[in-house]
Amino acid sequence: MRSLTAVAVAALAAVVLAQEGPELGVEATPEQVSEWEISIEPDGEGLPPGSGTALEGEPVYTLYCFSCHGTEGQGLLNDVLVGGHGTLDGPAPLKTVGSFWPYATTVFDYVRRTMPYQEPQSLSDDQVYALTAYLLFLNGIVGEDEAMNARTLPEVRMPNRDNFILAWPPPEEQSGE
Amino acid sequence: MSERRPKDLEAVAGNGLLHRRLFLQGGAAVLGAGSLGLMTAAPAKDLPPWMRAPGRPLSGYGGRSPYEDHVRRRILAATGADGAGGSWTPLEALEGMITPNPLHFERHHSGIPDIDPDRHRLLIHGMVDRDLFFDMEALSRYPMVSRIQFIECSGNSYLAGLPRRPINETCGFLHGLVSCSEWTGVPLSILLDEAGVDPAASWIMAEGADAAAMNRSVPLAKAMDDALLAVYQNGERLRPEQGYPLRLFLPGYEGNMSIKWLRRIKVTAAPSMTREETSKYTDLLPDGRSLIFSYPMDVKSVITSPSPGLVLKGPGLYQISGMAWSGAGRIARVEVSADGGATWGKAALCEPVLDKAVTRFRMAWRWNGAETVILSRAVDETGAVQPTREAIVAAKGRKFAYHYNGIQAWGIDSEGQVANVYA
Repeated sequence: MRSLTAVAVAALAAVVLAQEGPELGVEATPEQVSEWEISIEPDGEGLPPGSGTALEGEPVYTLYCFSCHGTEGQGLLNDVLVGGHGTLDGPAPLKTVGSFWPYATTVFDYVRRTMPYQEPQSLSDDQVYALTAYLLFLNGIVGEDEAMNARTLPEVRMPNRDNFILAWPPPEEQSGE
Repeated sequence: MSERRPKDLEAVAGNGLLHRRLFLQGGAAVLGAGSLGLMTAAPAKDLPPWMRAPGRPLSGYGGRSPYEDHVRRRILAATGADGAGGSWTPLEALEGMITPNPLHFERHHSGIPDIDPDRHRLLIHGMVDRDLFFDMEALSRYPMVSRIQFIECSGNSYLAGLPRRPINETCGFLHGLVSCSEWTGVPLSILLDEAGVDPAASWIMAEGADAAAMNRSVPLAKAMDDALLAVYQNGERLRPEQGYPLRLFLPGYEGNMSIKWLRRIKVTAAPSMTREETSKYTDLLPDGRSLIFSYPMDVKSVITSPSPGLVLKGPGLYQISGMAWSGAGRIARVEVSADGGATWGKAALCEPVLDKAVTRFRMAWRWNGAETVILSRAVDETGAVQPTREAIVAAKGRKFAYHYNGIQAWGIDSEGQVANVYA
Protein backbone atom coordinates (compact mmCIF):
# COMPACT_ATOMS: atom_id res chain seq x y z
CA MET A 1 0.00 0.00 0.00
CA ARG A 2 3.00 2.29 0.30
CA SER A 3 3.34 4.90 -2.38
CA LEU A 4 6.31 4.83 -4.70
CA THR A 5 7.52 8.08 -3.18
CA ALA A 6 7.53 6.56 0.30
CA VAL A 7 9.50 3.59 -0.96
CA ALA A 8 11.99 5.89 -2.70
CA VAL A 9 12.41 7.99 0.44
CA ALA A 10 12.96 4.86 2.52
CA ALA A 11 15.59 3.63 0.06
CA LEU A 12 17.37 6.99 0.20
CA ALA A 13 17.36 6.92 4.00
CA ALA A 14 18.87 3.46 3.95
CA VAL A 15 21.67 4.66 1.67
CA VAL A 16 22.38 7.64 3.93
CA LEU A 17 22.49 5.41 7.00
CA ALA A 18 24.74 2.77 5.46
CA GLN A 19 27.79 3.97 7.29
CA GLU A 20 30.85 2.03 8.27
CA GLY A 21 31.70 1.44 11.88
CA PRO A 22 35.17 1.07 13.42
CA GLU A 23 34.53 -2.67 13.97
CA LEU A 24 35.29 -2.71 17.67
CA GLY A 25 33.07 -5.67 18.58
CA VAL A 26 34.89 -8.27 20.68
CA GLU A 27 34.18 -11.86 19.79
CA ALA A 28 32.21 -13.68 22.51
CA THR A 29 33.12 -17.28 23.35
CA PRO A 30 30.39 -19.95 23.23
CA GLU A 31 30.70 -20.22 27.04
CA GLN A 32 30.06 -16.49 27.45
CA VAL A 33 27.08 -16.62 25.11
CA SER A 34 25.51 -19.56 26.94
CA GLU A 35 25.96 -17.73 30.26
CA TRP A 36 24.11 -14.69 28.87
CA GLU A 37 21.48 -16.60 26.91
CA ILE A 38 18.36 -17.02 29.04
CA SER A 39 15.57 -16.90 26.47
CA ILE A 40 13.34 -19.82 25.69
CA GLU A 41 11.87 -19.95 22.19
CA PRO A 42 8.33 -21.25 21.56
CA ASP A 43 9.73 -24.40 19.94
CA GLY A 44 11.56 -25.17 23.18
CA GLU A 45 15.00 -23.99 22.07
CA GLY A 46 16.93 -22.87 25.13
CA LEU A 47 15.10 -25.05 27.64
CA PRO A 48 17.68 -26.37 30.13
CA PRO A 49 18.00 -29.87 31.56
CA GLY A 50 15.83 -30.54 34.59
CA SER A 51 12.23 -31.42 35.37
CA GLY A 52 9.35 -30.69 37.73
CA THR A 53 5.73 -31.61 38.45
CA ALA A 54 2.81 -29.65 39.87
CA LEU A 55 3.08 -31.63 43.11
CA GLU A 56 6.67 -30.48 43.43
CA GLY A 57 5.74 -26.95 42.39
CA GLU A 58 3.08 -26.33 45.03
CA PRO A 59 5.48 -25.81 47.98
CA VAL A 60 7.73 -23.63 45.78
CA TYR A 61 4.71 -21.52 44.86
CA THR A 62 3.70 -21.19 48.53
CA LEU A 63 7.18 -20.01 49.42
CA TYR A 64 7.76 -17.49 46.63
CA CYS A 65 4.55 -16.55 44.82
CA PHE A 66 1.37 -16.63 46.91
CA SER A 67 1.92 -13.30 48.71
CA CYS A 68 1.47 -11.45 45.41
CA HIS A 69 -0.62 -13.88 43.35
CA GLY A 70 -2.92 -15.50 45.97
CA THR A 71 -2.87 -18.97 47.46
CA GLU A 72 -3.82 -20.68 44.20
CA GLY A 73 -3.07 -18.09 41.55
CA GLN A 74 -6.35 -16.21 41.98
CA GLY A 75 -4.45 -12.92 42.25
CA LEU A 76 -3.79 -10.73 45.26
CA LEU A 77 -1.53 -7.69 44.95
CA ASN A 78 -0.64 -8.62 41.41
CA ASP A 79 -1.77 -10.56 38.35
CA VAL A 80 -4.38 -13.29 38.39
CA LEU A 81 -2.69 -16.43 37.05
CA VAL A 82 -5.51 -18.95 37.08
CA GLY A 83 -9.03 -19.16 35.64
CA GLY A 84 -10.87 -16.94 33.19
CA HIS A 85 -11.47 -19.76 30.72
CA GLY A 86 -14.25 -18.88 28.28
CA THR A 87 -14.43 -15.25 29.38
CA LEU A 88 -12.49 -13.58 26.55
CA ASP A 89 -15.49 -12.96 24.28
CA GLY A 90 -17.76 -11.93 27.18
CA PRO A 91 -18.35 -8.63 28.95
CA ALA A 92 -15.69 -9.20 31.65
CA PRO A 93 -12.70 -10.91 30.05
CA LEU A 94 -10.15 -12.35 32.48
CA LYS A 95 -6.72 -12.82 30.93
CA THR A 96 -4.67 -15.39 32.85
CA VAL A 97 -1.88 -17.84 32.06
CA GLY A 98 -4.57 -20.44 31.43
CA SER A 99 -7.13 -18.39 29.55
CA PHE A 100 -4.84 -16.19 27.48
CA TRP A 101 -1.17 -17.14 27.19
CA PRO A 102 -0.52 -18.81 23.82
CA TYR A 103 2.73 -20.67 24.69
CA ALA A 104 3.65 -22.72 27.77
CA THR A 105 7.35 -22.07 27.06
CA THR A 106 6.72 -18.39 27.83
CA VAL A 107 5.73 -19.32 31.39
CA PHE A 108 9.11 -20.93 32.00
CA ASP A 109 10.95 -18.06 30.30
CA TYR A 110 9.13 -15.34 32.25
CA VAL A 111 9.19 -17.01 35.67
CA ARG A 112 12.91 -17.66 35.32
CA ARG A 113 13.91 -14.21 34.03
CA THR A 114 11.67 -11.99 36.16
CA MET A 115 10.36 -13.86 39.22
CA PRO A 116 10.28 -13.87 42.19
CA TYR A 117 9.94 -10.09 41.94
CA GLN A 118 12.33 -9.36 44.84
CA GLU A 119 14.97 -11.86 43.68
CA PRO A 120 14.79 -12.66 39.96
CA GLN A 121 16.89 -15.42 38.38
CA SER A 122 17.41 -16.99 41.81
CA LEU A 123 15.37 -20.19 41.34
CA SER A 124 16.87 -23.46 40.09
CA ASP A 125 15.75 -24.78 36.72
CA ASP A 126 13.99 -27.68 38.50
CA GLN A 127 12.07 -25.17 40.62
CA VAL A 128 11.05 -23.21 37.50
CA TYR A 129 9.88 -26.39 35.76
CA ALA A 130 7.89 -27.32 38.88
CA LEU A 131 6.30 -23.86 39.16
CA THR A 132 5.43 -23.92 35.47
CA ALA A 133 3.83 -27.35 35.92
CA TYR A 134 1.89 -26.10 38.96
CA LEU A 135 0.48 -23.07 37.11
CA LEU A 136 -0.51 -25.27 34.16
CA PHE A 137 -2.11 -27.77 36.56
CA LEU A 138 -4.10 -25.07 38.39
CA ASN A 139 -5.43 -24.04 34.98
CA GLY A 140 -6.46 -27.62 34.16
CA ILE A 141 -3.96 -27.94 31.33
CA VAL A 142 -1.64 -30.68 32.66
CA GLY A 143 -1.97 -33.40 35.30
CA GLU A 144 -0.79 -33.14 38.88
CA ASP A 145 2.14 -35.53 38.42
CA GLU A 146 2.91 -34.75 34.78
CA ALA A 147 6.60 -33.83 34.52
CA MET A 148 7.47 -30.66 32.64
CA ASN A 149 10.90 -30.70 31.00
CA ALA A 150 12.65 -29.68 27.78
CA ARG A 151 10.75 -32.36 25.85
CA THR A 152 7.24 -32.10 27.31
CA LEU A 153 6.84 -28.35 27.84
CA PRO A 154 6.92 -27.29 24.13
CA GLU A 155 4.28 -29.98 23.44
CA VAL A 156 1.77 -28.44 25.84
CA ARG A 157 -1.08 -26.96 23.81
CA MET A 158 -2.37 -23.76 25.42
CA PRO A 159 -6.17 -23.27 25.06
CA ASN A 160 -5.93 -19.77 23.53
CA ARG A 161 -3.11 -20.66 21.14
CA ASP A 162 -5.08 -20.20 17.88
CA ASN A 163 -6.87 -16.99 18.81
CA PHE A 164 -4.21 -14.49 17.81
CA ILE A 165 -4.34 -12.50 14.59
CA LEU A 166 -1.02 -11.29 13.18
CA ALA A 167 -0.99 -7.50 12.81
CA TRP A 168 2.57 -7.57 11.47
CA PRO A 169 3.68 -7.77 8.74
CA PRO A 170 0.94 -5.54 7.32
CA PRO A 171 -1.83 -7.67 5.73
CA GLU A 172 -0.74 -6.83 2.16
CA GLU A 173 2.71 -8.29 2.90
CA GLN A 174 1.45 -11.46 4.56
CA SER A 175 0.41 -13.37 1.45
CA GLY A 176 2.47 -16.45 0.69
CA GLU A 177 3.76 -16.79 4.26
CA MET B 1 -3.00 44.48 17.58
CA SER B 2 -4.67 44.64 20.96
CA GLU B 3 -6.94 47.41 19.66
CA ARG B 4 -8.44 45.19 16.99
CA ARG B 5 -12.06 44.42 17.39
CA PRO B 6 -13.70 41.04 16.96
CA LYS B 7 -15.10 42.02 13.57
CA ASP B 8 -11.58 42.57 12.20
CA LEU B 9 -10.54 39.01 12.93
CA GLU B 10 -11.17 36.49 10.24
CA ALA B 11 -13.25 33.52 11.39
CA VAL B 12 -12.33 30.14 9.92
CA ALA B 13 -14.92 27.98 11.67
CA GLY B 14 -17.86 28.32 13.99
CA ASN B 15 -17.98 29.58 17.57
CA GLY B 16 -14.99 31.94 17.49
CA LEU B 17 -12.17 30.00 15.82
CA LEU B 18 -9.93 32.58 14.17
CA HIS B 19 -7.50 32.57 11.31
CA ARG B 20 -4.07 31.27 12.25
CA ARG B 21 -2.44 34.50 10.93
CA LEU B 22 -3.33 35.99 14.28
CA PHE B 23 -0.76 33.78 15.93
CA LEU B 24 1.76 33.69 13.15
CA GLN B 25 2.00 37.49 12.95
CA GLY B 26 0.38 39.17 15.88
CA GLY B 27 1.49 37.27 18.94
CA ALA B 28 4.98 38.73 19.30
CA ALA B 29 3.85 42.33 18.87
CA VAL B 30 1.29 42.01 21.65
CA LEU B 31 3.84 40.52 24.04
CA GLY B 32 6.51 43.13 23.20
CA ALA B 33 4.28 46.11 23.84
CA GLY B 34 3.07 44.69 27.13
CA SER B 35 6.46 44.03 28.72
CA LEU B 36 7.93 47.39 27.63
CA GLY B 37 5.11 49.25 29.33
CA LEU B 38 5.63 47.38 32.58
CA MET B 39 9.36 48.16 32.70
CA THR B 40 9.11 51.89 32.13
CA ALA B 41 6.16 52.36 34.44
CA ALA B 42 7.67 50.70 37.54
CA PRO B 43 8.66 53.27 40.21
CA ALA B 44 11.85 52.55 42.19
CA LYS B 45 10.06 52.02 45.50
CA ASP B 46 8.20 49.09 44.00
CA LEU B 47 11.45 47.18 43.27
CA PRO B 48 10.77 43.49 43.83
CA PRO B 49 12.95 41.72 46.44
CA TRP B 50 14.93 39.83 43.77
CA MET B 51 16.25 43.15 42.46
CA ARG B 52 17.42 44.46 45.84
CA ALA B 53 20.15 41.86 46.45
CA PRO B 54 22.26 39.48 44.34
CA GLY B 55 20.66 36.17 43.54
CA ARG B 56 21.89 32.63 44.03
CA PRO B 57 25.42 31.61 42.95
CA LEU B 58 26.30 29.65 39.83
CA SER B 59 25.62 25.94 39.81
CA GLY B 60 27.18 22.91 38.15
CA TYR B 61 23.86 21.41 37.17
CA GLY B 62 20.79 23.54 36.68
CA GLY B 63 17.53 23.31 38.52
CA ARG B 64 14.16 24.86 37.83
CA SER B 65 12.35 27.70 39.52
CA PRO B 66 10.88 26.74 42.89
CA TYR B 67 7.63 28.19 41.55
CA GLU B 68 7.54 25.35 39.01
CA ASP B 69 8.04 22.60 41.55
CA HIS B 70 4.42 21.52 41.26
CA VAL B 71 4.94 20.46 37.62
CA ARG B 72 5.52 16.78 38.17
CA ARG B 73 4.84 13.39 36.68
CA ARG B 74 1.85 11.51 38.05
CA ILE B 75 2.86 8.10 39.39
CA LEU B 76 0.92 4.84 39.48
CA ALA B 77 2.94 1.93 40.87
CA ALA B 78 1.99 -1.69 41.39
CA THR B 79 1.07 -2.57 44.98
CA GLY B 80 3.92 -4.38 46.68
CA ALA B 81 6.26 -3.65 43.76
CA ASP B 82 7.22 0.03 43.90
CA GLY B 83 9.45 -0.13 40.85
CA ALA B 84 6.76 -1.55 38.58
CA GLY B 85 4.33 0.93 37.09
CA GLY B 86 4.26 4.17 35.18
CA SER B 87 4.49 7.91 35.48
CA TRP B 88 2.67 10.33 33.19
CA THR B 89 4.11 13.50 31.60
CA PRO B 90 2.13 16.61 32.73
CA LEU B 91 1.29 17.65 29.15
CA GLU B 92 -1.00 20.49 30.28
CA ALA B 93 1.97 22.30 31.88
CA LEU B 94 4.33 22.02 28.90
CA GLU B 95 4.71 23.72 25.52
CA GLY B 96 6.60 23.20 22.28
CA MET B 97 7.61 19.79 20.96
CA ILE B 98 10.39 18.63 23.31
CA THR B 99 9.72 16.95 26.66
CA PRO B 100 12.13 17.99 29.42
CA ASN B 101 14.17 14.94 30.47
CA PRO B 102 12.99 14.91 34.11
CA LEU B 103 9.36 14.91 32.93
CA HIS B 104 9.65 12.20 30.25
CA PHE B 105 7.04 9.53 30.95
CA GLU B 106 8.16 6.27 32.56
CA ARG B 107 7.05 2.68 32.40
CA HIS B 108 9.13 0.13 34.28
CA HIS B 109 8.56 -3.52 35.01
CA SER B 110 11.02 -4.01 37.85
CA GLY B 111 12.42 -0.63 38.88
CA ILE B 112 15.23 1.55 37.56
CA PRO B 113 18.68 -0.06 37.68
CA ASP B 114 21.74 2.04 38.49
CA ILE B 115 24.08 0.65 35.87
CA ASP B 116 27.82 1.28 35.98
CA PRO B 117 28.58 2.21 32.36
CA ASP B 118 32.10 0.79 32.64
CA ARG B 119 30.63 -2.63 33.40
CA HIS B 120 27.85 -2.53 30.84
CA ARG B 121 28.14 -4.49 27.60
CA LEU B 122 25.86 -5.29 24.69
CA LEU B 123 25.96 -8.83 23.31
CA ILE B 124 24.80 -9.49 19.74
CA HIS B 125 24.46 -13.20 19.01
CA GLY B 126 22.27 -15.88 17.47
CA MET B 127 21.93 -16.10 13.69
CA VAL B 128 25.07 -14.07 12.99
CA ASP B 129 28.53 -14.90 11.63
CA ARG B 130 30.23 -13.71 14.82
CA ASP B 131 28.84 -13.26 18.36
CA LEU B 132 30.08 -9.86 19.48
CA PHE B 133 30.34 -7.82 22.69
CA PHE B 134 30.34 -4.02 22.58
CA ASP B 135 31.19 -1.89 25.60
CA MET B 136 30.17 1.74 26.00
CA GLU B 137 33.63 3.05 25.15
CA ALA B 138 33.61 1.13 21.88
CA LEU B 139 30.10 2.35 21.04
CA SER B 140 31.20 5.96 21.58
CA ARG B 141 33.47 5.61 18.53
CA TYR B 142 30.72 4.50 16.15
CA PRO B 143 29.01 6.99 13.83
CA MET B 144 26.01 8.49 15.57
CA VAL B 145 22.85 10.16 14.31
CA SER B 146 20.45 12.53 16.08
CA ARG B 147 16.70 12.50 15.57
CA ILE B 148 13.83 14.31 17.25
CA GLN B 149 11.15 11.66 17.70
CA PHE B 150 8.37 10.73 20.06
CA ILE B 151 8.00 7.59 22.08
CA GLU B 152 4.56 6.51 23.27
CA CYS B 153 3.41 3.68 25.48
CA SER B 154 0.80 1.72 23.56
CA GLY B 155 -1.44 1.92 26.63
CA ASN B 156 -1.47 5.72 26.35
CA SER B 157 -4.91 7.41 26.18
CA TYR B 158 -6.68 4.22 27.26
CA LEU B 159 -8.06 6.10 30.27
CA ALA B 160 -9.29 8.93 28.03
CA GLY B 161 -11.68 6.95 25.90
CA LEU B 162 -12.23 3.33 26.90
CA PRO B 163 -13.84 3.45 30.36
CA ARG B 164 -17.64 3.24 30.23
CA ARG B 165 -18.00 6.84 31.46
CA PRO B 166 -15.49 9.63 30.91
CA ILE B 167 -12.90 9.92 33.68
CA ASN B 168 -12.35 13.53 34.62
CA GLU B 169 -8.60 13.85 34.88
CA THR B 170 -5.85 16.13 33.62
CA CYS B 171 -4.66 15.97 30.03
CA GLY B 172 -1.31 14.63 31.29
CA PHE B 173 -2.89 11.76 33.18
CA LEU B 174 -5.17 10.87 30.27
CA HIS B 175 -2.58 11.22 27.47
CA GLY B 176 0.85 11.69 29.10
CA LEU B 177 2.42 8.35 28.25
CA VAL B 178 3.97 10.10 25.27
CA SER B 179 7.12 12.23 25.22
CA CYS B 180 9.36 13.66 22.52
CA SER B 181 13.13 14.07 22.66
CA GLU B 182 16.19 14.42 20.52
CA TRP B 183 17.74 10.94 20.62
CA THR B 184 21.37 10.46 19.64
CA GLY B 185 22.98 7.11 19.11
CA VAL B 186 24.37 4.44 16.80
CA PRO B 187 22.18 2.97 14.05
CA LEU B 188 21.65 -0.68 15.02
CA SER B 189 22.17 -1.73 11.38
CA ILE B 190 25.88 -0.87 11.65
CA LEU B 191 26.41 -3.33 14.51
CA LEU B 192 24.25 -6.01 12.91
CA ASP B 193 26.27 -5.66 9.69
CA GLU B 194 29.47 -6.03 11.70
CA ALA B 195 28.16 -9.25 13.29
CA GLY B 196 26.98 -10.50 9.87
CA VAL B 197 23.30 -11.43 9.87
CA ASP B 198 22.30 -14.84 8.48
CA PRO B 199 20.05 -14.32 5.41
CA ALA B 200 17.55 -16.78 6.95
CA ALA B 201 17.00 -14.52 9.99
CA SER B 202 13.82 -12.43 10.23
CA TRP B 203 13.65 -11.19 13.82
CA ILE B 204 15.71 -9.98 16.74
CA MET B 205 15.02 -10.39 20.44
CA ALA B 206 16.11 -7.41 22.54
CA GLU B 207 16.63 -7.74 26.30
CA GLY B 208 17.23 -5.20 29.07
CA ALA B 209 19.59 -5.30 32.05
CA ASP B 210 16.86 -4.44 34.56
CA ALA B 211 15.72 -6.93 37.19
CA ALA B 212 12.85 -7.98 34.90
CA ALA B 213 15.31 -8.68 32.05
CA MET B 214 12.43 -7.21 30.02
CA ASN B 215 12.47 -8.44 26.44
CA ARG B 216 10.65 -8.07 23.15
CA SER B 217 10.93 -9.44 19.64
CA VAL B 218 11.42 -6.91 16.85
CA PRO B 219 11.16 -7.57 13.10
CA LEU B 220 14.65 -7.61 11.57
CA ALA B 221 13.37 -5.25 8.86
CA LYS B 222 12.73 -2.57 11.52
CA ALA B 223 16.08 -3.27 13.21
CA MET B 224 17.89 -2.73 9.89
CA ASP B 225 15.77 0.26 8.86
CA ASP B 226 15.76 3.01 11.50
CA ALA B 227 16.43 1.35 14.88
CA LEU B 228 18.80 3.35 17.02
CA LEU B 229 20.99 2.39 19.98
CA ALA B 230 20.39 5.62 21.88
CA VAL B 231 23.05 6.99 24.22
CA TYR B 232 21.97 10.63 24.53
CA GLN B 233 18.60 12.25 25.21
CA ASN B 234 18.22 15.96 24.51
CA GLY B 235 21.98 16.36 24.48
CA GLU B 236 22.88 14.67 27.76
CA ARG B 237 23.46 11.02 28.50
CA LEU B 238 20.24 9.08 28.92
CA ARG B 239 18.45 9.39 32.24
CA PRO B 240 18.52 6.15 34.28
CA GLU B 241 14.74 5.95 33.90
CA GLN B 242 15.15 6.14 30.12
CA GLY B 243 17.66 3.31 29.91
CA TYR B 244 21.09 4.63 30.92
CA PRO B 245 23.58 3.86 29.53
CA LEU B 246 22.03 2.34 26.37
CA ARG B 247 18.54 1.86 25.03
CA LEU B 248 16.96 0.60 21.88
CA PHE B 249 14.86 3.23 20.12
CA LEU B 250 12.34 2.14 17.49
CA PRO B 251 10.77 5.23 15.88
CA GLY B 252 6.99 5.13 15.69
CA TYR B 253 6.60 1.71 17.31
CA GLU B 254 4.87 1.07 20.65
CA GLY B 255 7.18 2.21 23.44
CA ASN B 256 7.50 -1.14 25.19
CA MET B 257 9.62 -2.44 22.30
CA SER B 258 12.29 0.25 22.73
CA ILE B 259 14.10 -1.84 25.34
CA LYS B 260 15.86 0.22 27.99
CA TRP B 261 19.18 -0.72 29.63
CA LEU B 262 19.83 -2.78 26.48
CA ARG B 263 22.12 -5.74 27.19
CA ARG B 264 21.45 -8.41 24.60
CA ILE B 265 20.25 -8.77 21.02
CA LYS B 266 19.63 -12.26 19.72
CA VAL B 267 19.08 -12.62 15.98
CA THR B 268 16.41 -15.26 15.31
CA ALA B 269 14.28 -16.81 12.59
CA ALA B 270 10.97 -16.33 14.43
CA PRO B 271 9.56 -14.17 17.22
CA SER B 272 10.45 -15.37 20.73
CA MET B 273 6.85 -14.98 21.98
CA THR B 274 7.91 -13.21 25.15
CA ARG B 275 5.50 -12.54 28.00
CA GLU B 276 5.23 -8.86 27.04
CA GLU B 277 4.34 -9.48 23.39
CA THR B 278 1.84 -12.28 24.06
CA SER B 279 0.10 -11.85 27.41
CA LYS B 280 0.39 -8.05 27.67
CA TYR B 281 0.84 -5.96 24.53
CA THR B 282 -1.87 -7.65 22.47
CA ASP B 283 -5.28 -6.20 21.67
CA LEU B 284 -8.37 -8.18 22.72
CA LEU B 285 -11.21 -7.88 20.20
CA PRO B 286 -14.95 -8.26 20.89
CA ASP B 287 -15.00 -11.84 19.51
CA GLY B 288 -12.36 -13.00 22.02
CA ARG B 289 -9.50 -13.12 19.54
CA SER B 290 -6.53 -10.77 19.90
CA LEU B 291 -4.30 -8.80 17.59
CA ILE B 292 -0.63 -9.62 18.12
CA PHE B 293 2.35 -7.54 16.90
CA SER B 294 0.37 -4.32 16.44
CA TYR B 295 3.46 -2.14 16.40
CA PRO B 296 3.04 1.36 14.88
CA MET B 297 1.39 4.05 16.99
CA ASP B 298 -1.46 5.58 15.01
CA VAL B 299 -2.05 9.25 14.30
CA LYS B 300 -3.24 11.16 17.36
CA SER B 301 -3.69 14.69 18.68
CA VAL B 302 -4.85 16.33 21.88
CA ILE B 303 -5.49 19.90 22.95
CA THR B 304 -3.25 20.57 25.96
CA SER B 305 -4.57 24.08 26.59
CA PRO B 306 -7.32 24.61 27.50
CA SER B 307 -7.67 21.24 29.19
CA PRO B 308 -9.03 19.94 32.52
CA GLY B 309 -7.64 21.89 35.47
CA LEU B 310 -6.92 25.00 33.39
CA VAL B 311 -9.86 27.37 33.90
CA LEU B 312 -10.91 29.94 31.29
CA LYS B 313 -11.25 33.24 33.14
CA GLY B 314 -14.12 34.87 31.33
CA PRO B 315 -14.99 35.41 27.66
CA GLY B 316 -12.32 36.73 25.34
CA LEU B 317 -9.34 35.76 23.23
CA TYR B 318 -7.53 32.50 24.05
CA GLN B 319 -4.89 30.37 22.41
CA ILE B 320 -5.77 26.78 21.75
CA SER B 321 -2.52 24.79 21.92
CA GLY B 322 -2.01 21.10 21.43
CA MET B 323 0.20 18.34 20.18
CA ALA B 324 -0.10 15.86 17.32
CA TRP B 325 2.01 12.86 16.35
CA SER B 326 1.96 9.74 14.20
CA GLY B 327 4.06 6.59 14.10
CA ALA B 328 3.61 6.57 10.32
CA GLY B 329 5.43 9.83 9.57
CA ARG B 330 4.88 13.58 9.57
CA ILE B 331 1.74 15.37 10.65
CA ALA B 332 0.07 16.82 7.53
CA ARG B 333 -2.57 18.92 9.25
CA VAL B 334 -4.55 19.38 12.44
CA GLU B 335 -8.12 20.62 12.49
CA VAL B 336 -9.80 22.15 15.52
CA SER B 337 -13.47 22.52 16.31
CA ALA B 338 -14.94 24.81 18.95
CA ASP B 339 -18.55 23.85 18.35
CA GLY B 340 -18.57 20.16 19.21
CA GLY B 341 -17.45 19.03 15.76
CA ALA B 342 -20.04 20.91 13.64
CA THR B 343 -17.33 22.98 11.92
CA TRP B 344 -13.56 22.64 11.78
CA GLY B 345 -10.70 25.07 11.14
CA LYS B 346 -7.12 24.35 10.21
CA ALA B 347 -4.64 25.00 13.03
CA ALA B 348 -1.16 26.48 12.55
CA LEU B 349 1.57 23.85 12.76
CA CYS B 350 4.66 24.98 14.63
CA GLU B 351 7.90 24.34 12.73
CA PRO B 352 9.73 22.06 12.53
CA VAL B 353 7.25 19.39 11.50
CA LEU B 354 9.33 16.22 11.66
CA ASP B 355 8.96 12.54 10.88
CA LYS B 356 7.52 10.65 13.90
CA ALA B 357 7.92 13.68 16.14
CA VAL B 358 5.44 15.61 18.24
CA THR B 359 4.15 18.60 16.28
CA ARG B 360 2.80 21.57 18.21
CA PHE B 361 -0.35 23.16 16.82
CA ARG B 362 -1.96 26.42 17.80
CA MET B 363 -5.13 28.30 17.00
CA ALA B 364 -6.69 31.55 18.10
CA TRP B 365 -10.09 31.31 19.73
CA ARG B 366 -12.47 33.95 20.97
CA TRP B 367 -14.59 32.27 23.63
CA ASN B 368 -18.04 33.81 23.97
CA GLY B 369 -18.50 32.46 27.50
CA ALA B 370 -21.08 29.85 26.51
CA GLU B 371 -20.88 26.14 27.19
CA THR B 372 -19.23 24.24 24.33
CA VAL B 373 -17.04 21.31 23.32
CA ILE B 374 -13.61 21.70 21.70
CA LEU B 375 -11.84 18.96 19.75
CA SER B 376 -8.75 18.38 17.62
CA ARG B 377 -8.30 15.94 14.74
CA ALA B 378 -4.92 15.10 13.20
CA VAL B 379 -4.11 13.80 9.72
CA ASP B 380 -0.67 12.36 8.90
CA GLU B 381 1.27 12.37 5.64
CA THR B 382 -0.05 8.91 4.69
CA GLY B 383 -3.56 10.36 4.79
CA ALA B 384 -4.53 8.53 7.99
CA VAL B 385 -7.17 10.52 9.89
CA GLN B 386 -7.52 10.37 13.67
CA PRO B 387 -10.83 8.51 14.23
CA THR B 388 -13.66 9.35 16.58
CA ARG B 389 -14.08 7.45 19.82
CA GLU B 390 -17.41 6.21 18.52
CA ALA B 391 -15.83 4.68 15.40
CA ILE B 392 -13.12 2.92 17.42
CA VAL B 393 -15.55 1.47 19.94
CA ALA B 394 -17.82 0.30 17.10
CA ALA B 395 -14.92 -1.45 15.38
CA LYS B 396 -12.87 -2.78 18.29
CA GLY B 397 -15.09 -2.66 21.38
CA ARG B 398 -13.80 -1.42 24.73
CA LYS B 399 -11.99 -4.51 26.03
CA PHE B 400 -8.60 -3.71 24.52
CA ALA B 401 -6.16 -1.45 26.32
CA TYR B 402 -3.56 -0.53 23.72
CA HIS B 403 -3.41 1.67 20.61
CA TYR B 404 -6.40 3.85 21.41
CA ASN B 405 -6.17 7.07 19.36
CA GLY B 406 -9.69 8.53 19.41
CA ILE B 407 -10.43 12.23 19.04
CA GLN B 408 -10.36 13.90 22.47
CA ALA B 409 -13.29 16.16 23.32
CA TRP B 410 -13.01 18.71 26.12
CA GLY B 411 -16.29 20.09 27.45
CA ILE B 412 -16.18 23.71 28.62
CA ASP B 413 -18.92 24.97 30.92
CA SER B 414 -20.08 28.56 31.33
CA GLU B 415 -17.73 28.97 34.33
CA GLY B 416 -14.78 28.12 32.10
CA GLN B 417 -14.18 24.72 33.72
CA VAL B 418 -12.84 22.08 31.33
CA ALA B 419 -13.70 18.37 31.52
CA ASN B 420 -13.16 15.14 29.61
CA VAL B 421 -16.38 14.33 27.73
CA TYR B 422 -17.39 11.71 25.20
CA ALA B 423 -18.69 13.53 22.15
